Amino acid sequence: MADTMQFDLVSPERNLVSVPVREVRLPGADGDLTAMPGHAPAIVNLRPGVVTVVAADGSETEFAVTGGFAEINNESVTLLAERGHPRAEMTQEIFNDMMAQAQRQVKVAQERGTAGEEIVAAAVKLLADMEALGTHIGLDPNQSNFLH
Amino acid sequence: MPSLKDLKNRIGSVKNTRKITKAMQMVAAAKLRRAQEAAEAARPYADRMAAVMAGLTASAAGSDMAPRLLAGTGEDRRHLLVVLTSERGLAGGFNSSIVKLARLRLAELRSQGKEVTILTVGKKGREQLKRDFGDLFVHHVDLSEVKRIGYDNARGIADEILDRFEAGSFDVATLFYNRFESVISQIPTARQVIPAVIEETSEAGASSLYDYEPDENAILNDLLPRSVATQIFAALLENAASEQGARMSAMDNATRNAGDMIDRLTTEYNRSRQAAITKELIEIISGAEAL
Repeated sequence: MADTMQFDLVSPERNLVSVPVREVRLPGADGDLTAMPGHAPAIVNLRPGVVTVVAADGSETEFAVTGGFAEINNESVTLLAERGHPRAEMTQEIFNDMMAQAQRQVKVAQERGTAGEEIVAAAVKLLADMEALGTHIGLDPNQSNFLH
Repeated sequence: MPSLKDLKNRIGSVKNTRKITKAMQMVAAAKLRRAQEAAEAARPYADRMAAVMAGLTASAAGSDMAPRLLAGTGEDRRHLLVVLTSERGLAGGFNSSIVKLARLRLAELRSQGKEVTILTVGKKGREQLKRDFGDLFVHHVDLSEVKRIGYDNARGIADEILDRFEAGSFDVATLFYNRFESVISQIPTARQVIPAVIEETSEAGASSLYDYEPDENAILNDLLPRSVATQIFAALLENAASEQGARMSAMDNATRNAGDMIDRLTTEYNRSRQAAITKELIEIISGAEAL
């Protein structure tokens, strides 16, 4: 079996990354998971979090994504994310923007009377995940609380 | 008969017009290239999304648990027409062709006794539809401040549509936009986005081998709104490329027409000038003969 597989990070606007990798660690909606070559085909929902990509030479690269889903099969992982940034390029500004979007979603969900409990809960969870993501990479989620 | 000075002025003004149309054509050509690149770059995401959707829906469509975005409301009575046009004119038949298609569809739906509402994106379509169907407008999205169409714009429109769907204000939503075929050909297209229409692909069978985590319906619930946004994004990009293509060929025509006009006016100018010279000569000669 090949010891690397193809990893693609695709945003709606363009292809962000396309490299051969040894393993990919993904923030699945139900828990983190690692995909390696020969993984059984799966489609996994992601929560906002950090994706770690291990290249063939063992070097690690991290990307912050705002959710989406990953398509995993035998020799490739394709990650469809609405937004993805290499960790090195994550600035407080970008993070603030992401947070603002999550906060808006919570607000919209709460304001809309017709929305079910679970929609509000999902939006709140998204916000919490987003905050966790910020804390994880050392950005302050509280700086962006301009909606409160 | 216009005087020589008048003719000269007219030639000058047509020449100025030609300069402007020529410049607009070149600007449109440059923008077209960028728009095409953007459309090209967005394709992998849309393709993947469609493939995964096809696999998921094949298994979910039959079940009672299928989300409403896929299965529909069970009715086909109220339609929402989403008319995507440009913010600027001078693009040949670009906006008219979209509006025409929307009008046709509207008349057809009305004759079947359906309720129709309209959501417009872009100023031009709104202006054209306002007179006849102004009372059907439910919302307008203004993109005039947007220099470069991003996914966020598409998501804004998608959220607007999805909110209305959740609130139960329509059963079927259809997008109207121009599909980019080439610089000289843009095809007005109607595409239904809610309930989702899944194209049959050969991959659909293979996808059923996938494990789904959490489960198929949860993923589908997450995916369907994204897919609506993705389709709107694709339509906006196609539209942007089409607009520039249409403008380019319209301005090319205008430049050529101006050239023809200048030729015609120049001939007329030369003829009048010659006539004036001849007249003066005759006057001199007949004056001399009279002596």
